[in-house]
Amino acid sequence: MTGFKELRLDGVTRRFGGKDALSGLSLEIRQGEFIALLGPSGCGKSTALNCLAGLLPLSEGSIWQDDKRLDTLPPERRGFGMVFQSYALFPHLSVRKNVAFGLQMRRLPRAEVRRRTDEAIRLVRLEEHATKLPGQLSGGQQQRVAIARAVVLEPSLVLMDEPLSNLDAKLRLEMRTEIRRLHQSLGLTTVYVTHDQEEALSMADRLVVLRDGRVQQVGTPEELHTRPANRHVADFMGYRNLLPMRVTSVTPELVEVEGGGMTLRGTAVGELRADDEVMAGVRPEDLRLGEGGIPATVEVVEYQGRELAVEARTDQGAMLHLRATERPSVGDKISVVADPARVLVFPA
Amino acid sequence: MTSLRHRLADRGIDRQLLLLIPASLCVLILFVYPFAYGFGLSFQPSHGGVLGAYKEFFTDAYQRDTIWTTLKLSLPAAFLNVAASVPIAYRLRGRFRGKRLMTTLLVIPITLGTVLTAEGLLNFLGPTGWLNRTLMSAGIIDAPVRLTNNYWGVFFSLVITGFPFAFLLILSYLSGIDPTLERAAATLGAGWWPRFHRVTLPLLAPGLATTFCLTFVLAFSVFPSAILVGDPAGTTRVISIAAYHAAYESYDYSLASAIAVVMGVVELAVVAAVLGVRSLFYTGSTGGKG
Repeated sequence: MTGFKELRLDGVTRRFGGKDALSGLSLEIRQGEFIALLGPSGCGKSTALNCLAGLLPLSEGSIWQDDKRLDTLPPERRGFGMVFQSYALFPHLSVRKNVAFGLQMRRLPRAEVRRRTDEAIRLVRLEEHATKLPGQLSGGQQQRVAIARAVVLEPSLVLMDEPLSNLDAKLRLEMRTEIRRLHQSLGLTTVYVTHDQEEALSMADRLVVLRDGRVQQVGTPEELHTRPANRHVADFMGYRNLLPMRVTSVTPELVEVEGGGMTLRGTAVGELRADDEVMAGVRPEDLRLGEGGIPATVEVVEYQGRELAVEARTDQGAMLHLRATERPSVGDKISVVADPARVLVFPA
Repeated sequence: MTSLRHRLADRGIDRQLLLLIPASLCVLILFVYPFAYGFGLSFQPSHGGVLGAYKEFFTDAYQRDTIWTTLKLSLPAAFLNVAASVPIAYRLRGRFRGKRLMTTLLVIPITLGTVLTAEGLLNFLGPTGWLNRTLMSAGIIDAPVRLTNNYWGVFFSLVITGFPFAFLLILSYLSGIDPTLERAAATLGAGWWPRFHRVTLPLLAPGLATTFCLTFVLAFSVFPSAILVGDPAGTTRVISIAAYHAAYESYDYSLASAIAVVMGVVELAVVAAVLGVRSLFYTGSTGGKG
C-alpha cells in the first residue's frame, strides 16, 4: 500500500462557466479515515470527488499527499481507487478481467495478478460469478465488482461517488455495512460522496457538509447531529421544523423567540440579540403532545411502525412535523410542546 | 370493436401493422420484382444453356478480372475511410466549442455528389492542377504526378465521398459508449493508449465492422467516378462498367444480369466475412445513451 500520513486539500476551487461549483474546499484527510461529503444535489460534492480523482482540473487551489503535489498529475498517476455511481464496469470484460484490469495496467507479474484478483473477488464474495460478464449480474453484485476493482490495487485513497444510490433499500443497508467492513479490514482511507444524511452519519468518521459549493460544517457524526452549525446543515440533519421567528429575550442559557403565534425557548447557535430575525429548528422527534403548548390542528397522520408521523398546522398557518405514539385523528385539536434543550435558534 | 382488437392482440396481431402494407407493396414492386426478374434473366442467355451467361463472364479474363479490380479499389477505400474516421471521431466525441462547424465541414462532401467531386479532383490533382503546379514550382518534382484518370483518381473520389458516411456512423457509435468507462480506466492507472485499445476499441469494434460493410458496399458499386476520374478501359474497369457495357453496348441483358448477380454475391461474401469476424467480439450494451 502506498501509504501516506495526510492528504491535504488546499482551497480547491472549480468553476463551470464562471460559476463556482466548488469554492475553496480545504480539508485534511488522515490515513485510515472515512470521510463523507454530504449535501443536496448540485452542492459540489461530486465536483470535489472528481477534482480529487483528477477527472476534473482545478480552477484554483492544490492537493497534496504529504509533501507531494497531486493536482498536477493525471488520474492514472494518482493511485486512487474510484467507485462510480453507475459502477462503470467494462461491459466486454468478465468480472475477473474487470478486477484484474488495474493490476495489469501496473504490469505486475501474472501470478501476482491472479492471486490478488482471486483474493479481491473472494473478499466481495463473488467467486461463483468470476467468469460472468457485468450484464449478467444484479445491481448489488455489480456494485461489489466495482468495489473489488477499486480496492484490489490497495489504493492510498478510495473515492466513492454515491455508490449505493442505484440499489434498493434493503441492499443499500447491507452494502453500507459491507463497505464499512472493507474499509476497516483493509485499512483503507475513504472519501464517500452521498446525499443521504443517514448513510453519511452511520458510515463516516467525519462529515463535510456542502451547500452551493461551500463547506458548511466539518465534524463527527455526533457533532453534526447535535450541534449543526447553521440552519442549512440543520435542515439536512433532520431538523424538519424550521420556523422563521424573532428574538424576544436573550439569557446566557436560553433565547426566547416568538413568531407565527408561537413562543419557543431554545439554545442559541452563534451570537444573537433581541429583535434579531432567526430560524428556530426542532426535530420531529423532539416535539411532543403536551399541555399548555402551541395549539394546532392535525392534518396528516402517517403510520411508521413504532410511532406515527404527524403534520399539524398552527392557527397562524405554520406547519409542524412531530411524532406521536398514539394515533390522533385528522382534524383533532392538539397542543405541541418542545424541550428548550432540543430547540436550536439560528441566525436567519 | 375493443373486443376484436383484444382478440387479435391475444394472437399477436396489431391492426396498426396494416399500415405497413403500402410500404411493403412499394418494396415488392420496386425492388423484389425487378430483382427476381433480373435474377431470372441471368439464367436465360441467348446461347450456352442455363448457366451460359455466368460461364461467359467467368471464362473471359477481361470480364472476370473486374471483380478483382473493384475489390482492389473498394476494400482499401473502405478500410481507409474507417481507419481515418476512428481517430477523428474519437477526438471529436466530447463537447467543445466549434464542434458543429467542424462536423459540418467534414460532412459537406456527402452533399456534393460524385460528379462535382470528380470535377474538383481533376482541377486539384490533375496534370495541370494546383497540386502538381505547386509541387513543380517548388522544385520538388520535374514532371506532373499522375493522380487522376487512373487508380488513384477513383480511390481519392471514393475516400472523399465515403469518409463522411464512415465518420458520422462512427461518431454515433462512439457517443453510444459511456464516457465514464474511460474515466474508470484512468483511475485504474490506464494511460490514453490502454484506455483506447482495451476499453473503447473493443466496444467500438462491432460498430467498426458495420461501418466497414456499409462503406464497402457503397464503394463496390462505384460507377461515375470510375469513368470520370478513372481509367475505365483499363485499371479502373470496375464490375459495374462491365455490367453497363453488357447491357447498353452489347444489349446482352442476360450477361448484364449475371454480372449484377455476381456483384451482389461478392458483396454478400465480404459482408458475411466481416460480420463473421464481428461476432467474435463483445456485441452487448455499451452503457451509453446510444
